[in-house]
This record gives sequence, structure tokens and C-alpha cells, in this order.
Amino acid sequence: MLKYILKRLVNAFLVLFIITTVTWFLMQLLPGSPIQNAEKLTAEQEAQVGEQYNLDKPLPVQYALYMTGLVRGDLGNSYLYGGTPVTSIILDRLPVSMFLGTQAIVVGLVVGLFLGIVGALKQNSIWDSGAAFLAVLGVSVPDFVLAPLAQYWLGLKLGIFPIAFFESWWHSVLPSLVLSTVVAAVIATFTRTEMLEVLGQDYVTLAKAKGLSKLAVVLKHVLRNSMIPLVTIMLPLTAALVTGVLIVETVFSIPGLGEQFVRSIFEKDFPIIMGTTILFSVFFVASYLLQDILYGLIDPRIRVAGNRE
Amino acid sequence: METSNRQITFTPDLFEPVERSPEEAEKIRGAPVGFWGDAWRRLKRNRIAVAAGCVIILILALAVVGPLLTPYTSIGQDLDRQYKTPSLSGFWFGTDEFGRSMFDRVWVGTRVSLYIAALVTAMDMCVGMAYGALSGYYGGKVDNIMQRIVEILVGIPILIVAILTMLILEPGILSLTIAIGLTGWTSSARLIRGQVLRLKEQEFFLASRSLGANTFRLITKHLIPNVFYILIITLMYTVPTAVFFEAFLSFIGLGIQPPAASLGALINDGAHQMRFYPYMLIFPAAVLVTITISFRLLGDGLRDALDPRMRQ
Repeated sequence: MLKYILKRLVNAFLVLFIITTVTWFLMQLLPGSPIQNAEKLTAEQEAQVGEQYNLDKPLPVQYALYMTGLVRGDLGNSYLYGGTPVTSIILDRLPVSMFLGTQAIVVGLVVGLFLGIVGALKQNSIWDSGAAFLAVLGVSVPDFVLAPLAQYWLGLKLGIFPIAFFESWWHSVLPSLVLSTVVAAVIATFTRTEMLEVLGQDYVTLAKAKGLSKLAVVLKHVLRNSMIPLVTIMLPLTAALVTGVLIVETVFSIPGLGEQFVRSIFEKDFPIIMGTTILFSVFFVASYLLQDILYGLIDPRIRVAGNRE
Repeated sequence: METSNRQITFTPDLFEPVERSPEEAEKIRGAPVGFWGDAWRRLKRNRIAVAAGCVIILILALAVVGPLLTPYTSIGQDLDRQYKTPSLSGFWFGTDEFGRSMFDRVWVGTRVSLYIAALVTAMDMCVGMAYGALSGYYGGKVDNIMQRIVEILVGIPILIVAILTMLILEPGILSLTIAIGLTGWTSSARLIRGQVLRLKEQEFFLASRSLGANTFRLITKHLIPNVFYILIITLMYTVPTAVFFEAFLSFIGLGIQPPAASLGALINDGAHQMRFYPYMLIFPAAVLVTITISFRLLGDGLRDALDPRMRQ
């Protein structure tokens, strides 16, 4: 197992290295110069700016400088915001996104588990169909449709929630709700399928035959065993949250990482694009890794290591 | 369980013997039902899936002929007819800020979504299946190298690839195609490989190989038909994701550029205007949601019909 984890770790770092390198060189291919209004500057001024941002050095040197900085945790300086270090911009904005994401996961988990459990226990009833319908709706209505609609109905028409900005907890309700729909839908579908499978197992029949109450059977035997594979959906959830954060923060004008990323793309602020790309990639790669490792650790029936199927 | 308390008395006159000659008794009635016939029969019984299939066909038809039904075009501007509200006599879906007919724009935008759907299907079918089948079939060193490549490709988030492609090339249909083409086939390749590895160990495969079937025949006649159904099921789930993805990119401004239309771009425009002109958001959003829901429901139906483990 240890060997397997090590191998995966090496692999993960390789992937991250490739992403970073590819992204860095792609950035150089981008049309236009990072120096705005370059034609208005004198050659001397341009050289000065170039020197300040290492733009005057040959590409391999620039690349080497960036990578050595990266190893030390230095992501370079932003081109726009007066040369603020990218790390501090990210650290400024990350907590907001993390807060929204965590809140969305908690809400989504509660709602999703509830819908899934109801669906499985009352299989083929109207409750089940209702839960299934909600789940399909949840995955099929994209965030960028839901967000404006939520702004319109809950924010403008009913006036319950503020429609934009991030000033109090009250402001985080709508964006979190929008983010949580996909999470809830994925978890609901997943929980239902898993629970139905567990409900058909012999040990559940045994538990019932022993005379345990229905509640005890569900809580102690069914739920516990169906929760194990929940780790397998971590990756889709991460992906959903990252793309969700990009949209939701842009729509709601929330000063998080996603909003910054989308803005930086249009502002051509390469160091910020680079830094955020790396951060997002780390999220993805880490969730893959965790998913595979946890899956093997939690469920002894699955052997990941040495399993050359 | 129904229990009936009615008492029935059986008397011999209630029965009469069926006349059958011995030859006739030997006959097997009905044409044998193959895998696909069987699946089709089960799919037809699933009313939700059939309805979803019909909706997809309807949307497909509207995307093709929709813009031809009106005298307007999706890019024809006329500032005299800005923001016309939807009406049956004039503009069915209203007009936007440049007086362009929303009905035409929505269906032209749907074409983009369906093009993406077709593209993903093609990638999955060709590259994903071939890659997965070869990797699984040869196994060993070849498999190892091919899987490492996939692992690296999978590790790179498609979002990042797409955004980078959009940044370097002009945002538009070509860069979208490249972004999806680069990464779209990996999940089906992995799935197919897993199945092929399993099938390779089975007796029918060994038998065919012992009878001298060559690699090409083994792959095309034995492996692919046996994994094809998995591919179809996956497709039904990847298509909505891809459609969604294009709309997402267009929404943040990196996809289709105006005056060309795509559902995501239209939704983005609509979201800005929704306070005064909500129809500009509602029509494209409804079409997009209908497409994704239909594909998912059809996917559920196909999974129940095609996956042998789902049989009752």
C-alpha cells in the first residue's frame, strides 16, 4: 500500500509539473504584450518595466526563474495590481471561496443524504420519484442559469436576500444555495443507489430477522455501509465546486478566487492566471489521489495496490 | 401478495386437450431475440426514456429547420425592433437589444450545443474506443505506457485546458473543438480498457483465438460488440456535461463570440437583461435545461435496458 501511495504521489507531482510547464509556455504564446499601452512608452521606460518583471531575459531563464520561485512558494508578482505578490492576492481571496464551498458542501450533503435516504427507503413511491426528479433537475440546471434566476426571484422579486457583493453572512446565502444544488443532486442519486444495494444484502436481512427495529437497521447497518463509497464522488464534486465557484462568484460579484481568475483572464494578468491554474490543478490532482487512496483504505473488499485487473 | 378466498371447483369438462403433432412440438416459436432487439423492447417499455428520446429528436429537428421558419436571421439587426416581447404574430421568442430575432438565435445556438454533442460522441467512439481496446488487448508494457499517458491527461483539468486553448486561439468553435478533442476521450478509454481486460480472460475469446482469428477480427468482432453498450451509456452522461461545458465557457465570455450565438452566450446576455426582459434569459435557459435533462433521462433508460445486471 505504501509503495502504491508513493507511486501515486510521484505521479501527481509529475502531472502538476507538466501542467505548470505547459501553462507557462502557453502563456508566452498569448497574443499581445503584458505591458499595457506599450506604444506610448519610451524605449527606456519599456526596458525598465521589462527589467522589473524579468521580461528582458531569454525565455528559458524566465522559466527557470519562475520554477525556482515556485519551489520556494513564490508565485511572482501581479502585472496589474501594483506588483502585489500573487501569493498574497490568492491568500486574500481563497478564504472567501473556501467559505462558500464549505457551506455549499454542508448544505448539499444534508439535503442530498435526506433525498437519497427517502428515495431508497420508499422505493418506487411518489417520494422516490419526487426525490429523483429533484436530483435530475439539480444536475441539469446549470449554475449560470440558476444563479441569475435566484437573483431575480429570491433577491429582486421577494427581496429576501441581497443579490450581490459579500458584506455579511446574509450575502453568502444565495451563492451557497446555488453552489449546493449540484452537490445535493449528486449525493442524492449516489446515496439512493448505494442504499438499495445494501438493503438487498444478506446481513440486512439477518439484522431484520434478529428483530432489530427498522430505525436501528437503517442507522447501524444500512447507512454505515452505504456511506463508504461516498469518497468515490469526491472528484466530481471538486470539479463541480471549482467550476461553480467561477460562475457563482462572477454572477454575484463576490471577491473570491473564481471571480479573480475570470477577471485576470480578460486582464491578461499572467502571473495570477498561472498561480490560480496551479492552485486549481492541485485541488483536482489531490482529490484524485485522495479518492483512490481512501477507496482502498476504507473498503477492504477493494484492493487498489497490485490490482492489475 | 393477493389472497383470494374464492373457492373454485375443477371439473374435467373445463379442460380440453391441445392437439399438437410431435414435429410441431419440437418447433421453437418466434424469431430469436438478439441483444439489441431485447434492449430495444425494454427501452420501449420505459415511457420516460421514450419521451426523452422524442424530445431530443424534436430539438434536433428545430435546430435544423427552426431558423428557416421565420423570415428573419439570427444575425440580422434592425434597431427599429429592439426588445420586442414574444408574441405569436411577430417574434415568437422576442428580439434582443439589436432587434435580432431570439427564436432564430436560440435555435442557431442549439446547433452549437448539438455540434459539441456530436463531437464528443465521435471522440468517444473513435479515439476512446480504439485507445481503450488496444491498451487492454495488448496489455503488459504497451498498456502500462498508454495508461500513464491517460493518467497525465486526466490529471489536467479540462477547464484549464479549455481556458488556455481559448486564450491562445481565437475563442470560437475551433478552439472549443480542440479543447474537447484533447481531453474528451479519456474516460471512455479507461472504461473500455477495463472491460476488454475482463473479456480477454473469457472462454469465447480464447476459443476464437485458438481457431486462428487475427487481432483485427478479435477486436472488431469480439471485443467491441461486447463493450459497445457501455460506451453508449457513458455517452448519454458525457453529452450533457459537454453541452454544459460549452455553455459555461460562452457564459464567462470565452466560447462563441457575438454575433454568432450559443446557448451559453445567450443565457449570459439574458442574465444581464433579465430585470426588464426576462424572456431573453428564459428561452435559451429552457432549451439548454431541456437538452441536458433529456439526455440524462434517456441515459438512465438505456442503462436499465442495456446493462444486464439491471435486469430483473
